[in-house]
Amino acid sequence: MKPRRWQLALAALAVLASAACTAGTENGPAKPQAGSTPDRRPVTITMWHGFVADNELKAFDDALAGFRAKYPWITVKTSKAVQDDQIIQAARGGNPPDVALSFTTDSVATFCKTGVFQDLKPYMSASKVDESIFPKVIAEYTQYQGKRCVMPMLADTYGLYYNKKLMKGAQPPKTLSELSALAKKCTVRDAQGNIKVAGFVPSSQMYENAPIHTGAMVGAKWTNPDGTSAIGGDPAWQQLMKWQKDLVDWFGYDKLEKFRKSLGDEWSAANPFMKGKVAMAIDGEWRNAMIATDAKGLDYGTAPMPVADDKPQLYGGGFIAGTIIGIPRGAAHSDAAWELVRYLTTDTGALVSLSNALRNVPSTLPALQSPKLDKDPNFQTFLDIFANPSSSTLPAHINSVFNQQTLQEAQIKWESGRAPDLDALLAEVDKKIDDKLKLTAGD
Amino acid sequence: MATTTFGRRGAAEPARPKGRHRGSLVALLYLSPWLVGFSVFFGYPLIATVYFSFQRYDMFTLEPVGWLNYRYFLQDEAAWTSIRNTLWLVVVMVPLRVLFGLGVAQLVTKLKAGTGFFRTVFYLPSLVPLVAGTLGFVYLLNPGTGPVAAILSAIGLPSPDWFGDPAWAKPGLTLLALWSVGDLMVIFLAALLDVPKQLYEAAALDGAGAWRQFFHITLPVIRPVLMFAAVTGVIQTLQYFTQAMVAARVASGGTDSAGSVFVPGYPDQSTLTFPEWLFHQGFRDFAMGYACVLAVILFVVSMVFTLFLLRQFRGLEEEA
Repeated sequence: MKPRRWQLALAALAVLASAACTAGTENGPAKPQAGSTPDRRPVTITMWHGFVADNELKAFDDALAGFRAKYPWITVKTSKAVQDDQIIQAARGGNPPDVALSFTTDSVATFCKTGVFQDLKPYMSASKVDESIFPKVIAEYTQYQGKRCVMPMLADTYGLYYNKKLMKGAQPPKTLSELSALAKKCTVRDAQGNIKVAGFVPSSQMYENAPIHTGAMVGAKWTNPDGTSAIGGDPAWQQLMKWQKDLVDWFGYDKLEKFRKSLGDEWSAANPFMKGKVAMAIDGEWRNAMIATDAKGLDYGTAPMPVADDKPQLYGGGFIAGTIIGIPRGAAHSDAAWELVRYLTTDTGALVSLSNALRNVPSTLPALQSPKLDKDPNFQTFLDIFANPSSSTLPAHINSVFNQQTLQEAQIKWESGRAPDLDALLAEVDKKIDDKLKLTAGD
Repeated sequence: MATTTFGRRGAAEPARPKGRHRGSLVALLYLSPWLVGFSVFFGYPLIATVYFSFQRYDMFTLEPVGWLNYRYFLQDEAAWTSIRNTLWLVVVMVPLRVLFGLGVAQLVTKLKAGTGFFRTVFYLPSLVPLVAGTLGFVYLLNPGTGPVAAILSAIGLPSPDWFGDPAWAKPGLTLLALWSVGDLMVIFLAALLDVPKQLYEAAALDGAGAWRQFFHITLPVIRPVLMFAAVTGVIQTLQYFTQAMVAARVASGGTDSAGSVFVPGYPDQSTLTFPEWLFHQGFRDFAMGYACVLAVILFVVSMVFTLFLLRQFRGLEEEA
């Protein structure tokens, strides 16, 4: 029996649909040529990055100038202010840049699993890149299921900033109970009980207080080796959340929210720590550069984040993440692209130059030890945190954003008092994360 | 015996004049831009969406998963919360906007002086870009630094944490929608000015007061316009996205730094709308197969709503 015309038309559309949805999947990564005779024919490669500010762009251009001097036959054309979704769309459309840089590690699992970025292990082997130049923790956020599809280019570490004047000579806290005591001592209220100066804002909604950062204070675990949620089963999360809630309750949730919402923009000169409205704050190493620019007179110090009272061994470490860089699939000039990636991620001179300009932590151990690296006591704290073996990161996970979002949502409910049963709340978090894992990654 | 073989059409069927074929072809030719556009931008995406909804699709690879995405929808609490929120907006925000728009238009028609000025004043907010308007509203209603809180505090009244309290977040968005009611006001104004004056004069002679005139003359005459406002309002609200997203992001104080994720629907998913959840699934979590399930559901619900309202609309036309 002959198929009817409409059946043929539907079949054609279905074929079209399946063809369209697999766009860009047929091209595997190009085989690296590194190690063979280098091809020095002039080539122009494209690079997308997310830098926007003038000082960042200048620092990056300076680093690229070093690359041009070393590889004069490779011309690099850069595009600024690019986000992850643009990289994905370009790779999907089969017209990606040769090199792409991302400021977040949240998409690494997706990048590696879907092949948006090429596996760099063959390139690393061919170029004999020694992985021991990177601190061990970096491997957790630059690879997924044994596939390293991105390299680290500079790192961010998180520690505690404290205002010496507001602390009135007190030493930075090393434990959560010390942090609570000092936070209370340094808090100033008006006659109506409104907060004028907060010793510390414990809310998970405060700038850098997201659980991804504060979890390192208690050594909390996110996931099990099979990718399922470890949150409900790890008492560290309960320890952290109970400590936060106790301190939030001391301030009064409504008073604390009113104060939090009156604070200036985190990324401007109106940042409350820089304005002396908060005595202690969790923040990244970049704050040093911002203080140097916008709050020159601020008398402050830095220290590792306080840790759980019963886990003193964690002190000195912190949370680590960073900028990542890789070669999207379908890149037209993979070999030249690899030279650029290798240069920006392993060349000590390039990393030191970028670190000195951007005040981010260089991501290799040799760069950390370079005498050319500008150091002062406040920045040194973050270099030490980076090198500390108890520092941790959020391992790459296919649902990284969803997992963080689900826990943070639960934290907000908990600290506001809108969810009184912490066990049930975290069990719900586990269920949501596990269900989502089945949806996106299968059993 | 001589036999005659006939074509499929049969001998009895008269031959179609050539002109009719040509006419059909010409008609198709004229229609072709629309047909191509419809097929490429509506037909194909619709079929592809249904197809993807049965796949695990991360924007690169496809894996058939049968009904898995649909089963996940049934247990996805956030999706159901977003449906409840969207329905709340349809049930509360749309009627309020229609009533408020009608009220403002009615007031403007009654003005003796300054009509042009007030028309402009009420219409202008609807020209403000959605993001800018929402940012302005979140600032005005900020419990810490907003002028509304300061005024309420000065007269001894407590100020709610509008976009930070789940109980107040949707009313806050409704206020924003009422502020920008100018688009509806203009339509109602035109409809009100179109009501024949003689009807009011006759009713006044018969002793009908303002309310009776409104209910027995104005409303029946402008009913088609009201229905139009309701239909477009419902469809727009089913796609409500920008204001909810911006308000939640700003009110949460979330940053764009690496490691800081945005919690959609802040606070406690009270502003999470269905299209927003769809967007997050597809373009933040890369669960495009599941996002397609949500898109299919949105399409079906929108069609049902539209057909229902259009049927009501047709009934009104027949009555008229």
